[in-house]
Amino acid sequence: MRRTLLPLALVALVLAAGCGGRQIVSSEREVTGGETTAETTGGETTALQISSSPELEEAARGYKEYVATQSTLLADRTEEFVDAVLAGDVERAKELYGPARVPWERIEPVAAQLGEYDPRIDAREGDVPDDEWGGFHRIEKALWVRGTTEGQEEYARRLLRDVRNLQGAIEELELRPVDLVTGSVELLNEVSGSKITGEEERYSHTDLYDIWANVQGSEAAFERLKPALEKEDPALVEEVEAGFDEVYAELERYRRGDGWVSYTKLGEEERRRLSQKVDALAEPLSRVGKVLEE
Amino acid sequence: MSRGGKEQPRGMSRRELLRAVGAAGAGFALGAGGTALSTGTLAARPRREIRDGARDQRVPFYGVHQAGIATPQQEHLHFAAFDLTTKSLEDVRELMRAWTEAGARMCAGEPAGEENTSPFMPPEDTGEALGLRPARLTLTFGFGPTLFEKAGEDRFGIKDSRPEALVEIPPMPGDALEEDSCGGDLGVQACADDPQVAFHAVRNLARIARGTAVMRWSQLGFGRTASTSREQSTPRNLMGFKDGTANIKAEDEELMRRYVWVARGDGPAWMENGTYLVARRIRMFIEVWDRVPLTEQERSIGRHKYSGAPIGAEHEFDPVDLEARDENGDPLIPENSHVRLARENEEQRILRRGYSFTDGMDRERGQLDAGLFFICFQRDPRRQFIPLQRRLARNDLLNEYIRHTGSAIFACPPGAHRGGYVGQILLEGA
Repeated sequence: MRRTLLPLALVALVLAAGCGGRQIVSSEREVTGGETTAETTGGETTALQISSSPELEEAARGYKEYVATQSTLLADRTEEFVDAVLAGDVERAKELYGPARVPWERIEPVAAQLGEYDPRIDAREGDVPDDEWGGFHRIEKALWVRGTTEGQEEYARRLLRDVRNLQGAIEELELRPVDLVTGSVELLNEVSGSKITGEEERYSHTDLYDIWANVQGSEAAFERLKPALEKEDPALVEEVEAGFDEVYAELERYRRGDGWVSYTKLGEEERRRLSQKVDALAEPLSRVGKVLEE
Repeated sequence: MSRGGKEQPRGMSRRELLRAVGAAGAGFALGAGGTALSTGTLAARPRREIRDGARDQRVPFYGVHQAGIATPQQEHLHFAAFDLTTKSLEDVRELMRAWTEAGARMCAGEPAGEENTSPFMPPEDTGEALGLRPARLTLTFGFGPTLFEKAGEDRFGIKDSRPEALVEIPPMPGDALEEDSCGGDLGVQACADDPQVAFHAVRNLARIARGTAVMRWSQLGFGRTASTSREQSTPRNLMGFKDGTANIKAEDEELMRRYVWVARGDGPAWMENGTYLVARRIRMFIEVWDRVPLTEQERSIGRHKYSGAPIGAEHEFDPVDLEARDENGDPLIPENSHVRLARENEEQRILRRGYSFTDGMDRERGQLDAGLFFICFQRDPRRQFIPLQRRLARNDLLNEYIRHTGSAIFACPPGAHRGGYVGQILLEGA
């Protein structure tokens, strides 16, 4: 095994031989002064150069700005939400919960690369041992199942602290074009994998806020890759854009006022239709990686 | 920035490496934070040389008729129905073109698409059939009534090309149809002797269709329940009876012409040499059936369980004597037995090509969700399947043990010629 120093935000994705499954294999990581030390397993590591161009560099810069803006929005909205929890205002907290999570869901793959933030902020019940469970979903359960903010003060304060630390970490983050490619597809895979069944927001049923945000985050990454992709494959750009239009049009059916209907209002057939539209978009989107080829 | 290292792997050009990485089975680690793509131990590129004897396991994809109809029936099925999400006829053409091309490749034992050499894109073929034999894979494509007209709308401007024989199957007595196991704009029948080969074909076709069509329903079948060739022995269905003894055999060209293939003048020219596929998902209440005494089972079917012979006869292929009576003057083969009802009218003969299925356990009843995925081919369902099934649905003694839960009909156009695609005459209005 060779020890390799890689910059922060390292995602080691391995297509394991023979199973094709994607696993994160960075076995150890520690955040030390803005750098991640990682050890990759799987024998000797060798390397390939990924294409780099002014357009791609610009794409990464632009997306970095987007992520930073969203992390600020996340901190602001979380603060409002946390204030409501601390004030014991259950109704207000419930109102703010969905919108507070939207910026998180837009940038989740990036945030998930930054060590422990994802489990601390977004773990669902059972994802982590109960005595370590905090973050949005712990408070969600208290609000919707028990109808109270009682006992949530510490979780709320901790959540706000984590979100602010995340904001700081993102400022120092360096993003590469490949992050945009994987991130845009990952966000849609989030939708297909866990959002479409309603398991993410199992108490509040605010899943449509998350789904909408995932799609927007995916689009944000794609939009920035577009200039590079236009040169390479304009037909693919068209196909992906049409796919986004279809998904947004489908989501529009469920908009209510400033927000979205409860996910429980969607029957099996409606969930399936949404899922199939997301799949139809994700398929061409998964070919966008060709812009990285030299 | 690229601290992950830039060195090339020893003894391998970059292009070779890319190819190896792109192929399924190779492992690579992607350092998203750097410009480096770290590769782990590289497995050799899987080769797809066809093994000994595999040549015999290929059924030609191109031909006058589509394969999977007169083809001696394979052991496994994956059937899928699709609904078009596009409004453009050009998209439908493009889909049939792409399906034909990928279908021909897969039936030849090749992957669905060109090998992918990019580490940044998913491989074109999903990979699970690499190294497997062609397993006599056949793909049969069909067009449902809703392709021509849906809710009164002429969706693709081809309403006038709809054959009169392509009718919706009318409701039958005792139907328990589930809406989401019925119908479909397009139907795909994948048959193979290896279930993974059949699955792989449908999976890849569904992937190709993404953005143009979505899967509406899908059915896996194991174990053929008919023989379609004299070379084959008669298999048993899940009731434990031989099924398909009196089936039309592909070698009977005269019968195939008369009952299966659409002839010139039968309807629109694009269907000449095609046929109509009717599929019915028939759930069997096998727990109930298993409590029925042998004689009653045999009376319901009209045949002996073990020999497969008609009641009162000795051998499977002995003629069915509907006139034979017992000592009380009652018919040996009961009035409402399946065999008698099925063959009452010689003009209603069909080519059966069904499969046993199970979808695991029925959670409501705690029983096996299993039965027969009935598939038949015919020249005109209005004269064949529909009157036949109407008679069976009214009277068949077997009705006590079965429920029809799914239903679909598809017009299967003739086969494609190399360079063309399935359904071309219809879709290009030649």
